Amino acid sequence: MTVETTTAGILFLIAIMTAVTLVTRFGGVFIMSFVKINPRIESFINTMASSVLIAIIVPMAVTGDAGALAALTTTAVTMLALRKPLPAIAAGIAAAGIVRFLA
Amino acid sequence: MSVASYSYQLQPARVRVEFFRLLPISLFVVAFGAAFGLAATQKGLEPLQAVLMSATVFAGASQFAAVDMWGTEVSVLPMIAVVFAINSRHLLMGASLYPMLREVSPGKRYGLLLLLTDANWAVSAQEYQSGRRNLEVILGGGLALWLAWIIGTGLGVYFGGLLQDPKSLGLDMVLGCFLLAMALGGKKSPRVLVAWTVTALASLAAWKWLPANTHVVVGALAGGAIGFFWLERKPAPASDAEDSTHDR
Repeated sequence: MTVETTTAGILFLIAIMTAVTLVTRFGGVFIMSFVKINPRIESFINTMASSVLIAIIVPMAVTGDAGALAALTTTAVTMLALRKPLPAIAAGIAAAGIVRFLA
Repeated sequence: MSVASYSYQLQPARVRVEFFRLLPISLFVVAFGAAFGLAATQKGLEPLQAVLMSATVFAGASQFAAVDMWGTEVSVLPMIAVVFAINSRHLLMGASLYPMLREVSPGKRYGLLLLLTDANWAVSAQEYQSGRRNLEVILGGGLALWLAWIIGTGLGVYFGGLLQDPKSLGLDMVLGCFLLAMALGGKKSPRVLVAWTVTALASLAAWKWLPANTHVVVGALAGGAIGFFWLERKPAPASDAEDSTHDR
């Protein structure tokens, strides 16, 4: 099924994208409302939460360019040293800029 | 048990604080929004259509991907598949907030989820690990991010890219660095480190061998499985099973 990108067509496509994204925003909570929370489920949820972050970042680092790798490494080191997010993020972005400027 | 009263009260003052707390990262979101606005107009969207999409979809990566599939016609099912796959991480993000969200009424619960996105979720989830309940950041921070995304898109469609090459300034790494800082700021135990290792390997394997955009969900579920089978130590440590495996 294809939709032509006329004005009405584009509005239709935007409506579909909105609906699909809403399903993802609501779906997890909706499903959880049928799950009985026990310590095991709680442990699953909590471990999964920080794992989402890792699952986004690691492929970004491995498949990214040298600038991406420099940014993430610098952020990690700064964060572990200072325990403050803002300097860590700023240092990471600066590292990406510098590496890409030199490359 | 049917509890009619919900114990979590959203505090307007805290919502305001969280709005301003996420303003700095929202400025970067404006830059991404501008990049999206430019990409969208180059693919033939009208300015207002691009802004409308940003306002209603509010999920950057999936919007870039969808607009990338734009032509004179768009195949609906592949577009749905791509948008769903990229945004499926929201399913897990929402689920992880459920212990807090069930403490507010369903109306507020799903209202808050309208504004759920990576940055405000990362703050909320990380604070929950440290024992603080913060749904205010979903609302206040989410509003800051949402407005920034809309404003950025508007700037992009009307003025072109604000920056010729945001990548050369490292701006494409803002979200990645932000999420990494959140992850490292959270609680770290041997269990978490094992889960992260499993997550990293699973997400890379999914990246390599599974359909595109499935790696976040696959990796996070693999990490979650570690939590499911390896519970945080209980009052009485049960080490019997472990001892028996060490008969040598």
